[in-house]
Amino acid sequence: MKKLGELLVQEDSFEEILMGNQALVRAMVETKTLVVTSYPGSPTPEIATAIMDIPEAHTPFYFEFSVNEKVATEVAFGAALNGNLSCVFFKSVGLNVALDSFVQLGLLNIIGGMVVVVVDDPGANSSQNEQDNRNIYRMAKAIVLEPASPKEAYEYYKVAARLAAAQKTIVVLRLTTHVCHARQKISFAGYKQDKGYKTDFDTKNGPYIPLTVLALEMKRLALKRTAPVLSFIRESGLNRVKTRSDSRGKGIITSGLTWLSVLDALEQAAYRPNILKLGFTNPLDPEVILDFLKANEQVLILEELDDILENQIKAMAYDQGLSTVIIGKTDDTDFIGEFTPDKTFDKILNTWPEMMPAQDKNKAQKFPLLAVPERPAQMCPGCGHRSAFFAVKQALKKNDVTVADIGCHTLGYMPPYEVGQVLLCMGASPGIASGLSLNNTQKKVVAFLGDSTFFHAGLPGVINTIFNHHNITLIIMENGTTAMTGHQDHAGRSINIETLLKGLGIEQILTCDTYNQERLTDHVKTALGTQGISVVIARHPCMLKFTRSQQKKQGYVRKHISIDPSTCTRIHACVEKFGCPSFVRNPDQSVGVNMDLCIGDGSCRPSCPEQALGFERKEE
Amino acid sequence: MKEFNIYLTGVGGQGIGLLSQTLLRGADHAGLKVIGVDTHGLAQRGGVVVSRIRCGSHVFSPLTLSHTCDLVLGMEIHEALRGMNTAMKQGGALVYMDLSWQPLPVRLNQSPEITAEDIVGACRQFDARCIEVKPKGLPDARMQNMALVGTVAKHGLIPGVSKSDYAKALEDLLKGEMLTRNLDVFNRYAG
Ligand SMILES: Cc1ncc(C[n+]2csc(CCOP(=O)(O)OP(=O)(O)O)c2C)c(N)n1
Repeated sequence: MKKLGELLVQEDSFEEILMGNQALVRAMVETKTLVVTSYPGSPTPEIATAIMDIPEAHTPFYFEFSVNEKVATEVAFGAALNGNLSCVFFKSVGLNVALDSFVQLGLLNIIGGMVVVVVDDPGANSSQNEQDNRNIYRMAKAIVLEPASPKEAYEYYKVAARLAAAQKTIVVLRLTTHVCHARQKISFAGYKQDKGYKTDFDTKNGPYIPLTVLALEMKRLALKRTAPVLSFIRESGLNRVKTRSDSRGKGIITSGLTWLSVLDALEQAAYRPNILKLGFTNPLDPEVILDFLKANEQVLILEELDDILENQIKAMAYDQGLSTVIIGKTDDTDFIGEFTPDKTFDKILNTWPEMMPAQDKNKAQKFPLLAVPERPAQMCPGCGHRSAFFAVKQALKKNDVTVADIGCHTLGYMPPYEVGQVLLCMGASPGIASGLSLNNTQKKVVAFLGDSTFFHAGLPGVINTIFNHHNITLIIMENGTTAMTGHQDHAGRSINIETLLKGLGIEQILTCDTYNQERLTDHVKTALGTQGISVVIARHPCMLKFTRSQQKKQGYVRKHISIDPSTCTRIHACVEKFGCPSFVRNPDQSVGVNMDLCIGDGSCRPSCPEQALGFERKEE
Repeated sequence: MKEFNIYLTGVGGQGIGLLSQTLLRGADHAGLKVIGVDTHGLAQRGGVVVSRIRCGSHVFSPLTLSHTCDLVLGMEIHEALRGMNTAMKQGGALVYMDLSWQPLPVRLNQSPEITAEDIVGACRQFDARCIEVKPKGLPDARMQNMALVGTVAKHGLIPGVSKSDYAKALEDLLKGEMLTRNLDVFNRYAG
């Protein structure tokens, strides 16, 4: 197989097994999307990885990681105002950050067209919630396409691009986690590369200034777009009905990955219902839906998360006075988590028991299963954040309050560190800490913030502490990268955080490497004793990234930690308090080192009061 | 073939991605219709990683119904058992690496470590074939995945997929010295 990046820009058609995230990039290339922006967030990072794998000489479009999702949206919008097809992509909660700009886009005449790829995360696999962004698309008057598989992600992106350019608007491609991360063989079309960036911005294409009267006028124009959009939707054929002769008057309406769950569940059915699979979930096409309702006596709506389709479809049926029985969500669990094949199976079984013959699918669970200890995510061996938490904890009093933020360092809330007691979203910690500090003379309030997050949404909160004289200690967990999402670059490459904070007038800024435990503890103590905002920059490069780059070098010698059995008194400070996952607890309660995991960084050494931890060298 | 489901699991950092891609491509080279998906959450951080591969003419979603997997592959002993607990079909097969990366509760002395006997017991309950793979003598922890691919090939555990299909898959995915080193391990275990 060719290198992925070369394959993605190859002009000839080809067939290859790709991940949904990678297939999207080919669609961007074929549709001549000319500007692409993003802020990293799971499960989208592989889109950017695929883009960055393209050899520089063949770069098909401009790409940037913007400082946050809102800026990314604005950059893509600006580029599209110049007449270029553009795309912004980010994760579910990224839309919250982008929202102020995003809600305007549906009102505007975006001459190049713009595709907004937002990945919802039913099941909250890698997000702080499982919000259903379809709620927002209705408000924003955004057209939405929902692919079910990598193949559809590729095909639907191309449809979205065509529609966005034709209607001079935004089209949302709504993916979900397991569509992004699925892999299958896809046939890709050929194309001809031609870049030709445009700079055709002209106010004649407006209005672009949404003040009072104009704002309403713009909304009127946006609503007018519904009719041509509906005819496009009908012509596209992406709202598909599959009828069965043996349906017994039953029908299912569904979309996205849930559709595939339905097909799997029905493999075991005694008879098959008719299925309406919606490719376009906003606006809903009343024609196909009403026809489907009329053709069935009972219709089950299977949708993940909220009851968006259900409420609209019930309203349509009500308006038409239809007597079709419409079954949607029936209890709270229907609103929670993915519609996996299991969940979908059970929902169909509960609705139409006679369709799903008595199942022995749970047979395997009829005997008791041996419980397996949980395996929560961990900070990696050598992680500077671990050293920081270990040192910070020595400086804190029992009642002091610690506010977490989003990033690898969120994991500090877990045992054995238990630093970080409240968390909202990216960049919220300085603000939350400020509120907690009001009229609070008994407890110190400490906020943690990662360096990528500092630039993303943290800065306004920091500035607020200065402006309103809040009394908090801010600990910046500076590892030089956006680690949690896979080491993307961030603004810290061009802007030094310490210099920036000095420029803002913060007087107490103390910086040190987190492996320097004593010094870091002292810094935190000093900072806690300071009135007003004090900052500690706890610095250490991301060791996962660092070790990976070291391993690629010639003659790299990997070190390991070894435990001196004659000095070790089995107090277990290393394995219980420092808690690096490289330590092993043997059945006889002696401590060992997992050589597969230990990177020999030595960050654990200060944790042992007996000084039993030393280095052992090993050739790679 | 109508349906053959594979559940792969291990710990973030063990290289389950390459394992899963090799099997997926191997099945494709053998002419099977195949779809797969990785579920890794924040797995770089030593959490659980799961990947699923489904082959056959009657499969749709890349996700699987519980306890419908014909083959469970565990890169680590705790994850092997956890994987069986969610995915193993009665009469399926388990291939697992006899290797422990202790989860946090074990290191904190809150839970006992899972042992090879636990695995054997669970296989008996599921009436599943149990194949243990020894990681001893591997040049590098990052090659453990190849030991599993080799074992799957040796026992012909995915119907219709032959040793050369997996080798071709590896040639698709790796180049140069990396390929040679991985093929070496693969061949050693494939016998
Ligand atoms: C609005 C929003 N965008 C993106 C994400 C995804 N995300 C989770 S952690 C993280 C990065 C954190 O990087 P940094 O602050 O540098 O901390 P690190 O992980 O490097 O410790 C991102 C982007 C998110 N949770 N919310």
